[in-house]
Amino acid sequence: MIKPEREVRTICPYCGVGCSLFLHIKDDRIVRVTGDFEGAANHGNLCVKGRFGIDFVHAPDRLLAPLIRRDGKLIAADWDTALTEVVQRMAAIRREHGPESIAFLTSAKCTNEENYLLQKIARGVIGSSHVDHCARL
Amino acid sequence: MLKAERTVLTTCPYCGVGCGLNLHVRQNNLVRVTGDFDSPVNRGNLCVKGRFGYDFIYHPARITTPLIRREIGNREPPPAGADARSLFREATWDEALDLVADRLAVIRAESGPDALACFACAKATNEDNYLMQKLFRQIVGTNNVDHCTRLCHAASVVALQQAIGSSAMSNAASEVVESDVFIVTGSNTAETHPIIALQMKQGVHSRGAKLIVVDPRRVEMVEHAALWLQQRPGTDVPVFSAMAHVILEEGLANREFIARRTEAFDEFAASMKAFTPEYAERISGVPAEKIRQAARMFATAKNAAIYWALGIPEHTHGVDNALSLVNLGLLCGHVGRVGTGLNPLRGQNNVQGASDAGAMPWHYPGYQAADDPQVQAKFAEAWGFAPPARRGLTTPEIVGAAGRGEVRALFVMGENPMMSEPNLNHTAECMAKLEFLIVQDLFINETGALADVILPASAWAEKDGTFTNTDRRVQRVRKAVEPPGQARSDWEIIADLAGRLAGRVGRDVHSAPHAGWSYKHPGEILSEMGELVPEYRGVTYDRLEQDGLQWPVTDETHPGTPFLFADTFPRGRAKFHPLQYRPALEKADAEYPFILTTGRVLYHWHGGTMTRHSKLDEVYPEALIEVNPADGGRLGVRDGDPVRVTSRRGTLVVRAHITERVGEGVVFMAFHFVEAAANLLTSDALDPQAKIPGYKVSAVRVEAAPGMLLETEHFAAATSAIESRTRRT
Repeated sequence: MIKPEREVRTICPYCGVGCSLFLHIKDDRIVRVTGDFEGAANHGNLCVKGRFGIDFVHAPDRLLAPLIRRDGKLIAADWDTALTEVVQRMAAIRREHGPESIAFLTSAKCTNEENYLLQKIARGVIGSSHVDHCARL
Repeated sequence: MLKAERTVLTTCPYCGVGCGLNLHVRQNNLVRVTGDFDSPVNRGNLCVKGRFGYDFIYHPARITTPLIRREIGNREPPPAGADARSLFREATWDEALDLVADRLAVIRAESGPDALACFACAKATNEDNYLMQKLFRQIVGTNNVDHCTRLCHAASVVALQQAIGSSAMSNAASEVVESDVFIVTGSNTAETHPIIALQMKQGVHSRGAKLIVVDPRRVEMVEHAALWLQQRPGTDVPVFSAMAHVILEEGLANREFIARRTEAFDEFAASMKAFTPEYAERISGVPAEKIRQAARMFATAKNAAIYWALGIPEHTHGVDNALSLVNLGLLCGHVGRVGTGLNPLRGQNNVQGASDAGAMPWHYPGYQAADDPQVQAKFAEAWGFAPPARRGLTTPEIVGAAGRGEVRALFVMGENPMMSEPNLNHTAECMAKLEFLIVQDLFINETGALADVILPASAWAEKDGTFTNTDRRVQRVRKAVEPPGQARSDWEIIADLAGRLAGRVGRDVHSAPHAGWSYKHPGEILSEMGELVPEYRGVTYDRLEQDGLQWPVTDETHPGTPFLFADTFPRGRAKFHPLQYRPALEKADAEYPFILTTGRVLYHWHGGTMTRHSKLDEVYPEALIEVNPADGGRLGVRDGDPVRVTSRRGTLVVRAHITERVGEGVVFMAFHFVEAAANLLTSDALDPQAKIPGYKVSAVRVEAAPGMLLETEHFAAATSAIESRTRRT
């Protein structure tokens, strides 16, 4: 069995139970996940997704760069190009059709911090109250 | 959750897989067990017994002082309502061991050494077992030493010794992922060797291997199988011989291997002519076409292996059953390479090691024949004394001899024959005739309740030593916590007794290089065993720190041997054996129309001394008898109804579980539960060569028993424990 270099304590990304996990890391890869016996939610137990369902992180078809659709095809771009494109398009649409013409879907799989920021962009920067996520469903 | 102060790496005390465990310890308490990710055996995985079944060591019924029966020799059960403990008084170690030494010496003086016998223990360490057989051979002077291997793989051992000259698994269990095809027969692997079963499933699902299950029950492994051959209990020889017939007829045999590595082929091939698949179908119920498919699949595989457990040896023709598998492996040359092999899955954590250590009446340590005068001379030279060069009695023979008054005193270390022997009513009658019975264990179990002296032993987490797992891997057992009260390690108790007994029988413990008993640490015992057993010569504690070593390990630099027979067999050429079909001695008839077959469940262990003192017992608290729905309909028995089950030897009441896991005409019970002890029903008829009882075939009558009330919540728990593991059938 591969010997990890270090262990990182974190929270499971799957369901709402919120099991505490140890990610065992070697060469910047997650080689194993174990349950945290100090975890208030799981007391060391894990389900099969928490214990074994981490390999998607290292999947070969992960998105590795921003993509922009040009002539119907998604083309890799750098962050500056991609974010500039997003900002210019949003600004134009807001000018032409007003703030309420732009909507945001945030994510129940992202952190509190990420969700807070996206709704802050929607409300504070764009001025739109059209912010929702899969809690609705 | 309690924070552990330290963790101790050790080896699981349950099955023969030998998983690496980390014991988490806080203030001399075992607070948790986790799997060892660095173990080459389990790679961090554990089954429910290994992970949660350690709590028996803290059960309040543990015995913590030596106990002496108030009325020695009176084997009456305790009065109604009283606990077995009331039959005993507490004693000091000096008083108890002096009493044992006195009585053994007197009986030995009156009736000779062969009036004494012992059951060593497949749950104890190699060191414990080596010392137990040394005590009885060197000090007492008898070969009457056996243990539960007799009730387990004795017939596999005889068959493999005859055909090959070595009786352990030929290949490492983890090699199953390298097989293209593998046969699993007579093994409920997912429940009885769960971590090997994981690797089998990995072979099927990740590597595309084809699994052939040959079993009378729809065991969990059937869900992963390409082919399932459901034979009637006791008809293994026709099924496997018909496979050989097809392989010969269709020219699929490995002629090059047969010519180069085997002998006695022609006689064997001639005997296979009669085993047409149609003939086998009539006897076994397995469709001829399935036998043909299995034969072609096995023969044409690049690498194919055979795994078997007790469904093969526990028959009155158990040796023939095992030989039919050996023949098949040799016929296709599926031996001597990675991913092949003849692999008997050993049941107990250390049944391999106890056998290696010589806890058997026909063999000194290292399978050296007890009836060979040269071997006897070798051990006499090492120990200063060895018993006459003749075989001792096997466990069923010891029980029978006790019944006839020929064996007068019996020492039982850690086994529970009053649950595990066949035909328990007869066993009880025989045990009652013993003049002196010594039991060394953790609890007063069904056997301990009959004892004159009970010696409190240490559990696996409380002592140092080694276990040898099913694929010959010798691994360390490490002390993590102190034993309770005055309990001591088995090896320490035996060594103490040996010193006391040696003086009384006039044996000089300084007369030869290994005559002595002054061991300071079990490592010294393993070193002594290594001096006498070539396969263990290079096994020392300092080399076992992490992964263990797979024997043979012939010297201090030898790396161990993951698979055997690459170039040659221990007997030179492997030998084919001609076979004919012999039906089981036990037969169904109008009065006893069902065939009862027995086995284990995931949550329990054998006679129950450990798991029935664990929280595992709450998960699966009650015995069940599996009955096919068609039979249930005819008997008027629904799921959960109590039934009376009666054989020619005994009767009991148990709740029926209606399930298609068993075929029509077949019923199944596990043997863990004293409340419905399956071995009341089983037959003590033996295989003539191996002396193993035919546990797997007992004729019984099953009748509805509506008046009998049993705990309903127990039934709900036990059936849900089964159903959670298998699809609803």
